Amino acid sequence: MKRGTLLAFFFGTVTVAVVIIGTLWPVPAARAYAGEESLIESSSTPEAAVRNLGEEIRTHDWQKAYASLANRAQLTEFEFEHDVTGYDVGLRTYSSLDHYEISPLHASDNDATLQFTLYWSTVVGPQPDTRTLHLLRVGNDWEVEWPVSERPIVPPQVIPVEYLRWDVINRGPGDDWGVQDVDAPSVRIVDMHPVQRADGVFVLGELLNQDVVPAYVSVTATLQRQDGSAIATEDAFDRISHILLPKQVTPFLIEFPDASLASVRSIRMEPFSTLVSASADPVIEIDNQHFNAGPEASLTGELINESGQVVNVPEVLGTLYDQSGQLVWVVDQYVDHALPPQTPVAFKIPIPEDLARKVSSERLIVATYSFGGYL
Amino acid sequence: MKAGVVIVLGALALAAVRETPAQDGSLNLPKSVAAGSAFSIPTSGSGKAALYIIGLGQVLKRYVQLGETVYFPEGSLHDAGSYVVILAPAGAGASAAETDAFDVTPVPTPARLSFLAKPSRLPVSLHDGITGAAYVFDAYGNLIVTPMPVSFQLSGPSGSTQKSDAVTKAGAAWVEMDSTGKQGIDQFVVSAGGISSTRVIRQVPGDPCTLKMSAQASGQKLQLKTDPVLDCSGNAVLDGTIVTFSEAYDGGQSTVDVPLKHGIAAVSIPAHHGATLSVACGIVLGNQIRWEQ
Repeated sequence: MKRGTLLAFFFGTVTVAVVIIGTLWPVPAARAYAGEESLIESSSTPEAAVRNLGEEIRTHDWQKAYASLANRAQLTEFEFEHDVTGYDVGLRTYSSLDHYEISPLHASDNDATLQFTLYWSTVVGPQPDTRTLHLLRVGNDWEVEWPVSERPIVPPQVIPVEYLRWDVINRGPGDDWGVQDVDAPSVRIVDMHPVQRADGVFVLGELLNQDVVPAYVSVTATLQRQDGSAIATEDAFDRISHILLPKQVTPFLIEFPDASLASVRSIRMEPFSTLVSASADPVIEIDNQHFNAGPEASLTGELINESGQVVNVPEVLGTLYDQSGQLVWVVDQYVDHALPPQTPVAFKIPIPEDLARKVSSERLIVATYSFGGYL
Repeated sequence: MKAGVVIVLGALALAAVRETPAQDGSLNLPKSVAAGSAFSIPTSGSGKAALYIIGLGQVLKRYVQLGETVYFPEGSLHDAGSYVVILAPAGAGASAAETDAFDVTPVPTPARLSFLAKPSRLPVSLHDGITGAAYVFDAYGNLIVTPMPVSFQLSGPSGSTQKSDAVTKAGAAWVEMDSTGKQGIDQFVVSAGGISSTRVIRQVPGDPCTLKMSAQASGQKLQLKTDPVLDCSGNAVLDGTIVTFSEAYDGGQSTVDVPLKHGIAAVSIPAHHGATLSVACGIVLGNQIRWEQ
């Protein structure tokens, strides 16, 4: 028998053996993920009680999770479940709990306080959700008092909205040569600034839709060497508002991982725009916007959906400027809860500490997405 | 593909001609023929021959009796260009093939205009902002290259009209025109030889000339509203244009992007004593208000 055949036979045998062993004697975690049994343990300590709650949330066992709460009289199972997952369809609806962290804050014989951070896996990356939990000792076990957050109820009302939207009829394939198409929207880069960071080169800027029609926009940047050859080409994927209404400005950030600004002679910028059907609504107000300096610098505020329809996925984009008005950085944050009408929803955008020291002012915009679209 | 087939056929024909034994036969071609028109080719000599007419887009083949005139009905040749004619006498002892050429010219009557008008949308009061280029074709799609008068006319919604006449050069004529000071849909018409083609040019307002807002208390909130937003020619800036209201107060800020509706932008934001209110639209800054109530 040839040596290669022997090796293939060996690996095949080992694989089959491992599969059999894993099936007959699975580890507890595998059993839990297969739904056969859970990782629930005795709630004899505050940490164990919160861990159990975390596992029940992870497996969507809302009945058990609710049954383990100490303050069931204050909220229903429906309210508990939707307090965790959101009442309206949003990023959280389609996410799963990746992991959680527990940090003890206070403990005595009969009560304890812990910080419970749930890390949700969403389509746009991990989204942490931090809750401060109070626990009570009941007999030998500990039970969680779930912090009840009041869901603001908007009084029944009619919100008149004058819908304004643009539709586009483009040139068809059967049209004769010479039949003009409608021009793409005119957009302009009004600011551009490259920044060298430890993890690469970043090209920041702002893009203005100077036309009278909405535009789908993107920006591509190419780093060029001394001889004019391209080092790398990247485009603004996430840190840009792709839909720009007339005279609207969006920041953009283009990342070149592992690139060095020292080897860059020039940067070729290519803004792209195309006509797109769009609606002028919803209008989102950014209220109580604060820049919080310090070791854990952040931009915080509240989003208020001024329209009468739910906005499912909001993204806050922030442009940070120094004292001379020069661009310092572009930050963004998806809000993993939907924005109900007329209801403030808080956001917090972390800012790198070294950059936060330079920040003098900021400008925020909100990009939104609604399932079914705004018609 | 079509041209390739024609070339191959032509080459085969020429090859066949070389191998044909010589026989008397000659051609008497017209110098040029209008596309699509009937024409004839008189031949001389005796015996039978094959007549090939080979152009870039078309090949005709006829078996002819030498000494007779070969008739081609209307529409036989419709692509303008230079055509090679080969008369290849057939049979043993035939003489060498005779070749000649003639031109098929476009019909001098325009049947279709291709009109490129750019841009489809532009700001008002822009000098030479509109360009129109017209290409004149005959009924068979041939570009008419003989000089031809072409008239361009741009009509605004207010009835204003700009006219410009041009003569085609190598089949094309073009003009540049100014956009008017009034926004709206313009009709851009080109006409030549009794036919016309129309394009739509949309003249849109420019950037806001002045941006002014007013503030009014409404309970715990402030009602901010702009005056009608106009460009420097007095046109109302289009609805949907984003106006940004900002309120800076002690330690905080509120911002909201509002689209113009019915020519104004309005929003209600929380009132803060001592707040500075500002408004902007694109790169145009408006007035500031300090709210002391």
